[in-house]
Amino acid sequence: MNFGIVVFPGTNCDRDCYYVIRDILNQPVKFIWHRENDLKGIDCVVLPGGFSYGDYLRAGAIARFSPIMSSVREFADKGGLVIGICNGFQILTEAGLLPGALGRNRSLRFICRYVNLIIERNDTPFTSEFEKGEIVRMPIAHNEGNYYIDDLSKVEKQVVLRYYGENPNGALDNIAGIVNERGNVFGLMPHPERCSEKILGSEDGLRIFKSIVRSL
Amino acid sequence: MRTKEELQRISMTLEEYQLAKSILGREPNDLELGMIAVMWSEHCGYKHSKKTLKLFPTTGPHVLQGPGENAGVIKLDEELALAMKMESHNHPSAIEPYQGAATGVGGIVRDILAMGARPIALLDSLRFGLLDNSKTRYLFSGVVSGIAGYGNCIGVPTIGGELAFEKPYTENPLVNVMCVGLLKGKPKSGKAVGIGNSLVLVGASTGRDGIHGATFASLELTSESIERRPAVQAGDPFMEKLLIEAILEALEKSDAIIGIQDMGAAGITSSSVEMASRGGVGVEIDVTMVPQREKGMTPEEIMLSESQERMLLCIEKGREEEIRPIFEKWGLNFAIIGHVIEERVVRVKEKGKIVGELPIDLLTEKVPAYDLITKEPERLKEIQIIENIPKVEDYEGVLLRLLGSPNCSSSSWVYQQYDHMVETNTVSIGTGASILRVKGKPYLLGITTDGEGRYCYLDPYIGGMMVVAESARNLICVGAEPLAITDCLNFGNPEDPEVAWYFVETVKGMSECARRLNIPVIGGNVSFYNESENYTVYPTPIVGMVGKIENIETICTPEFKKEGDTIYILGEPGNLGGSLLIEELLGEVKGKPSFNIELEVKLEDLLLKAIRSRLINSAQDVSRGGLGVALAECSIWGNLGVDINIETGKIPEEVLFGEAQPVVIITVDSDREKEIEQFFKDIPIKKVGKVIRNNFTVKINGNEIINLDIETLKKEWSSGIERWMK
Repeated sequence: MNFGIVVFPGTNCDRDCYYVIRDILNQPVKFIWHRENDLKGIDCVVLPGGFSYGDYLRAGAIARFSPIMSSVREFADKGGLVIGICNGFQILTEAGLLPGALGRNRSLRFICRYVNLIIERNDTPFTSEFEKGEIVRMPIAHNEGNYYIDDLSKVEKQVVLRYYGENPNGALDNIAGIVNERGNVFGLMPHPERCSEKILGSEDGLRIFKSIVRSL
Repeated sequence: MRTKEELQRISMTLEEYQLAKSILGREPNDLELGMIAVMWSEHCGYKHSKKTLKLFPTTGPHVLQGPGENAGVIKLDEELALAMKMESHNHPSAIEPYQGAATGVGGIVRDILAMGARPIALLDSLRFGLLDNSKTRYLFSGVVSGIAGYGNCIGVPTIGGELAFEKPYTENPLVNVMCVGLLKGKPKSGKAVGIGNSLVLVGASTGRDGIHGATFASLELTSESIERRPAVQAGDPFMEKLLIEAILEALEKSDAIIGIQDMGAAGITSSSVEMASRGGVGVEIDVTMVPQREKGMTPEEIMLSESQERMLLCIEKGREEEIRPIFEKWGLNFAIIGHVIEERVVRVKEKGKIVGELPIDLLTEKVPAYDLITKEPERLKEIQIIENIPKVEDYEGVLLRLLGSPNCSSSSWVYQQYDHMVETNTVSIGTGASILRVKGKPYLLGITTDGEGRYCYLDPYIGGMMVVAESARNLICVGAEPLAITDCLNFGNPEDPEVAWYFVETVKGMSECARRLNIPVIGGNVSFYNESENYTVYPTPIVGMVGKIENIETICTPEFKKEGDTIYILGEPGNLGGSLLIEELLGEVKGKPSFNIELEVKLEDLLLKAIRSRLINSAQDVSRGGLGVALAECSIWGNLGVDINIETGKIPEEVLFGEAQPVVIITVDSDREKEIEQFFKDIPIKKVGKVIRNNFTVKINGNEIINLDIETLKKEWSSGIERWMK
């Protein structure tokens, strides 16, 4: 399984994802600068968290214009796996690769802490290592995680992760992560790369990366 | 000849002006005078602190870089070194809290970067007035958002710090930011060497922001200070993030960079002069070459601008083009603005024509160093006495009140706004010293900041010792051996003899303790003039300390671990001098703090050995709020209760809420009591009770005075700040 981690100016979780994939999972991985457009040999594209272009406009609104994004679109159209974490999720919605939008947190403050999540679907390439209905713990760290879509019924079946217990950011229907209709593009607000080792307090996130590896 | 008013605007005295003129041997022009004024400001020149700071011990076998560079550096192992530095951004934060705090973060990160280190952690020590004041809430919330806005964006985790709310900081909050970084091999230096080598300005363009910020920092705050708002710079964390990546990439790919310097206070002037001074050379700068944000800037504006996110590099002549593409890739300016010259002057040109020239030493070694005139305050003896210790009727009520005080309660409202997990090294925060792992290494890092205003106000020598000791003790309690100190000294106007006395006594106390505990001070910062129309801040030293934990097995944390463990107290709790209890009950800070350095040395040594031998299950330092608060925290964090009985000749108020140091609470397996008592036989050790499931009960000489359930404690403790900030 070859992973490619896209680096935009302002991305800051690229090295964290790299560490988990290479050092914890022992999978081949490389960084892809946003001005490149070659995804040859890549099986899974990771759009990591951070503040692409400073997020001075809407989060992800500028990154979607980076050259790499048209390659990511083609890659996804051909069925390649794409996972967008936090800012990566925001970029995917801005790029139209995932439905909906992510607005400011209800509290209007940045929130960094662990949350409980319920696994709504385990029939995706990103969640096969979980049980359906399982409760897991992962950290969030964002300003704009308040998921919104006009017609909720359109994405009902695409919801993979929901906040469980308490909704930290006001997201509609507690949505924390969704896939596209085809199921090969996944966006989530929690940071699985931050909870992939026991020493960091949880290994629940590692199972997302393991699911991806298992899917191929 | 300049008028007094003209000089006042740039914070120079007539005497200083005349001295500068006589050294120079002629009248400086406007540009030159502006440069002299910023370099001679307290902020850049350390005029009132230089002599006193020499008291600090600064050397040690693992010190690679002591004071004098952008940051101090210590050796961690044969491969890695650690850079650390703390700095204040008090005045800007008082005027414009968001940007003031944000640019404070930016500046300290660039100091670490200048050593060639990747920043791995930020910590913030913050002090404000009381939260019942709406201005305080505005400042507090602005500062926290500013730190979050900047730190989160650049992807450096904010992993700790400390917080206090006390009246003297109402108009002049303290915002001290510490950054820690890791580097491989030899630290970089902020020096310019090699005649003809290029001076390259990288990062953001230069605008008119922050002109004379350094001189502004060297004045007291007044009601007119708000007019200096334009002297506060605006930060661009995105630009900073690019700068971090570009600098680190350039250092990794090329050895053409000889020196790196942060461009902070006093902008191009101070960075170029400092680089020249360290390298024993001169510099020539053509302001026309500086990328400018706006048209028509004068040489003076360009030389003094404090626009953020800029750094100055000294690059080997002819190898500039090796480096340029890296900065261009990251979308940053890369402008050759001058070069190193032999003659030890800073020569400023505009379009090839010389517009100013000053000897380097006029701006560095020859900055006047004043002898402080000190006077012990007369009221000191009076405030050191507590005439009547208030009798507590309701111990449960008082404990809950202290736990719910923003000075003791949970700071999660603050740190949940900070990304404290990015870089995936954060092992523990929020309870005692923070713990970071180092990827690929068996050892971990303990990092802490601690500050003391109240104790220093009551007894600066004792308080100075206590702030160093407490910081070290916090590290020891997590199993970390303290390695080095960086500090930030926040005081009022040093020309006031009483302030000067406090300053000198505090530094003496800190130095003595650092020496006794064998921890070098490898860098820091002084912030004077923390005064406003109604208040002078408490003399407030803040200490940042880093220590090394041997391995993951020897981490210790403060929370209670399991039912049935035996609770011991090391040291002798007591003394209400300077305690939070007295402040809460009497409404004023009183008494004489108590500290035993001999005991501290022994206790720290034994405790670290015990933790490393895995003899104990938890360790918690007793500080603000005393034993009562410390025990409650261990209960709350561990979700376990206590059954305590303390046999004592002292009154319960002293035992439970006194703040004598050092005192540490430890827990051990109940079948190891003999072993533990034997191990700690050379210091006071007292068995006081057991960890139990639910209730928090405390007896003094067999009389039960507290019986609360943990949920009640938790509720008070967790809402102390939140209830004000909804």
